[in-house]
Amino acid sequence: MEKIGKIAVIGDSESVTAFMAIGATVQKVSDEYQAADVLRKLAKTDEYAVILVTENYAAKMDALMQKLKEQPYPAVLAIPSANGSNGFGMAGIKRDVEKAVGVDILFD
Amino acid sequence: MARLNVNPTRMELRRLKDRLKTAERGHKLLKDKSDEMVRQFLVLIKENKRLREEIESEIAEALKAFSLSAGAPLDVVQAIALPTLTASITVGTKNVMGVDVPYMQTKRVGEVELPYALCSAPAELDDAVLKLTALADKLLHLAEVEKTCNMLADEIEKNRRRVNALEYVMIPQLQETIKYIMMKLDENERAAIVRLMKIKD
Repeated sequence: MEKIGKIAVIGDSESVTAFMAIGATVQKVSDEYQAADVLRKLAKTDEYAVILVTENYAAKMDALMQKLKEQPYPAVLAIPSANGSNGFGMAGIKRDVEKAVGVDILFD
Repeated sequence: MARLNVNPTRMELRRLKDRLKTAERGHKLLKDKSDEMVRQFLVLIKENKRLREEIESEIAEALKAFSLSAGAPLDVVQAIALPTLTASITVGTKNVMGVDVPYMQTKRVGEVELPYALCSAPAELDDAVLKLTALADKLLHLAEVEKTCNMLADEIEKNRRRVNALEYVMIPQLQETIKYIMMKLDENERAAIVRLMKIKD
């Protein structure tokens, strides 16, 4: 199955506007509820291969992020916002290691 | 461990022995699968961690440069609203140990250059845009690796449950039931012999 996918970015306008320059679809949102709505809508359309969500919103809609992890597409990725990283992306890696191996063997 | 609720007959015994053999073989195969998945997972998760660390710092830098440029009295958004390159990705799925994981290939359409006239935007913007453009490929690679890790982790967990269910529930149950049927059949046989001897007396 080969097809063309697009990139979308969800986040506050300060962080995401820059991604227009690389040709991504930019969705500006102002709170996590709006972000969740937009993410759900984009995930349903099946047009986007990669959806980037800024960490400040991603951390607040963890349940939805976990749900989207189960299918191959879209790949939802947390990226640091303009105010820097809050460690949510790293926490995700940590959680994966714990799930697969039982103990955290990377960060100790 | 509770034994299964079956009739102690020869036919049932043969059926259970077949099931035990299948269960043991399945258990061995699943265990091998689990080992290999964990090995691949460890390779991927290390790459995932490395990439994420790199990208997080680079994005932070690029975004900082971008917010600096927003301070200039020029319309930044207008300058970048029409990019010269569109990011389109050829997506497919690839099979890693029976898990369908995403597989992406970037195809750059257009030239890597600034999508605006130099006089229409502040110099900080050039910096931000160039940095982000360079990041795009890496970002996609990270998306692919991270997704693969997520899915592998899920699959490893599921697989471990299967292995444990076979090892600690299914196989002991079958073994105990087989033993029970064999004892019962032997007992019947002895009873028959004793009965014959008694009749002869």
